[in-house]
Amino acid sequence: MHSQQSGRRRFLKSGAALAGWAVGAVRSVSGQAPAGSEPPAALAGSEASSRDYGVRSGFETSGRLTHIQAWVANVGPPVAPALRTPLQDSVGIITPAPLHYVVDHGSPTPGIDPRQHSLLIHGLVDRPLLFTLDELKRLPAVSRIHFLACAGNSYLPLEQRQNAKTVQETHGWTSCSEWTGVPLSLLLQEVGVQKGGTWIQAEGAEIRKLASSIPMAKALDDVLVAYGQNGEAIRPEQGYPLRLIVPGFEGIRNVKWLRRIKVVDRPYMMKYEGTIYTNLRPDGTARWFQLELETNSVITSPSGEQRLPGPGFHEITGLAWSGGGAIRRVEVSTDGGRTWKDAQLQAPVLAKAHTRFRFPWNWDGKEAVLQSRSTNEWGEVQPTKAALERMWGVTPDYWLTTTNRIQHFNAIQPWKVTSDGRVHNVIWET
Amino acid sequence: MLFGKPSLLASFVVWTASVAALAQGPAYHLGRTPTPEEIQALDISIGPEGKELPPGSGTAREGAKLYAERCAPCHGPTGAEMAVYHRPLVGGKGSLTTVQPVKTIGNYWAFATTIWDYIRRAMPLDKPGSLRVDDVYALTAFLLYRNEIVREDDVLNATNLPQIQMPGRKLFFPAEPDWKPGYRQLYFSPQPERRERRR
Repeated sequence: MHSQQSGRRRFLKSGAALAGWAVGAVRSVSGQAPAGSEPPAALAGSEASSRDYGVRSGFETSGRLTHIQAWVANVGPPVAPALRTPLQDSVGIITPAPLHYVVDHGSPTPGIDPRQHSLLIHGLVDRPLLFTLDELKRLPAVSRIHFLACAGNSYLPLEQRQNAKTVQETHGWTSCSEWTGVPLSLLLQEVGVQKGGTWIQAEGAEIRKLASSIPMAKALDDVLVAYGQNGEAIRPEQGYPLRLIVPGFEGIRNVKWLRRIKVVDRPYMMKYEGTIYTNLRPDGTARWFQLELETNSVITSPSGEQRLPGPGFHEITGLAWSGGGAIRRVEVSTDGGRTWKDAQLQAPVLAKAHTRFRFPWNWDGKEAVLQSRSTNEWGEVQPTKAALERMWGVTPDYWLTTTNRIQHFNAIQPWKVTSDGRVHNVIWET
Repeated sequence: MLFGKPSLLASFVVWTASVAALAQGPAYHLGRTPTPEEIQALDISIGPEGKELPPGSGTAREGAKLYAERCAPCHGPTGAEMAVYHRPLVGGKGSLTTVQPVKTIGNYWAFATTIWDYIRRAMPLDKPGSLRVDDVYALTAFLLYRNEIVREDDVLNATNLPQIQMPGRKLFFPAEPDWKPGYRQLYFSPQPERRERRR
């Protein structure tokens, strides 16, 4: 008991200095007793008493708030902070539900009683229907692994740029879960979509009742009305008890706390889809309904603010994803993009899901710039920042001066390793 | 005999059964039919054509007082302030082509119906749903007036609100959003592009 506490205290003390370091580095300093010494003490406190619903080891401190608290610039009436997944600590493709990113657009998480919750499907349908949660659970279900990502992920606006250090800060608005629920196509068959029903509008039950328009072709394709996440009920902050999962589309379309679906004849132009989730371009025109997320990837280790303990073997690993389908290829460069080599894709490689890639690397102790580049099943390649600049018709200065909020930014992310082993984000320095 | 051969009858039965399977009928018979009142209570969607706008009206002059009471604490006294949410509702003229664009109702929102829908849906954030229908028209009118889109005494109602030409409407493309499997959209392509597999 005592040794357990002092061990934890020692860990927490050093934890502040270590936050964000490589998992390997943390392990080596956290005071693991050498083999042959006394066995570890039994669990105490909350870890031991939580047998009905387990908790992680008290030595594990990975969290969504690290480095993020300072950014919650909004003050005043209820505004929930947006939380980012600690991708630097992730080791597979599934994000634990308590580490899933959260963007709530300021609505506090509603505490919904599932017995009081129902889903209304109406509009241009033959038979409007109201489903209880129990009824939805009686219907044939599917489980599918899909990523979610905020359209604003991987681009930090100018005023937040000083926080663009870790991969959690730059790319932490993406997570991946196994979602379980009823295919929306099945529910639409039950209500009978009428001729002219070309879009749906989905709406949540939270204080702002945010709503989003989704084309019928997508609704009938692979959209789920989900009640399960990673084998249990969806977490409240992820939409308990019901959430629309729109695979590959920008996060805002995946309506949480789903209470209503209306079949309509056109996009209903709700506030968020018509304003924030659009791309204003430098010429003053704007792209809206850029629904599908582009092919993207990032090296999660080594990544920003980590420190390599020294030269020698280091596995480079990261995640790749594409809203357009499966990842076909990930290449890694360790020399600033001069040469690229194929990384190994770890099975399973699933459509519209995080794909883990791994690349063996022997660091020679000299300065290096690490980057990953993904290609999706259509052969669409993740662009460099320079390629995005050509597409946008801007110079590199644009990103350093504009306060415009860019959506769907999917440029290749470079991490520079300096000779002391420290890793830095250099995307805005090139 | 009406059916000459048993085999003919059998094939007729098979045919009708397969037609039933293909029809767009319900297969599971779960869920219940909501009453019109239940639908009405939840159906707060207002589309760009404004078909769903309820009867009522309001002017900017009426909206000014409401705005001061219910909205100004967060959005600032005139709506042009950065205020709590760092997103002004008013102004931004000429800023969209600069490096510091200010996107507001006046220069960026494409439909007046979106203002009406969002105010009723979500505002004020401390008590959504507490505004009367006429209040929502009046506040919409006030925000349009502050953005120099309507006059102070213009009476907005279900008929004329959807007809307001918003300056932001012409900025966006594609003009009619669309999505089909096998297509993708890029920042600068005017229409969704058909995908082709590349090696």
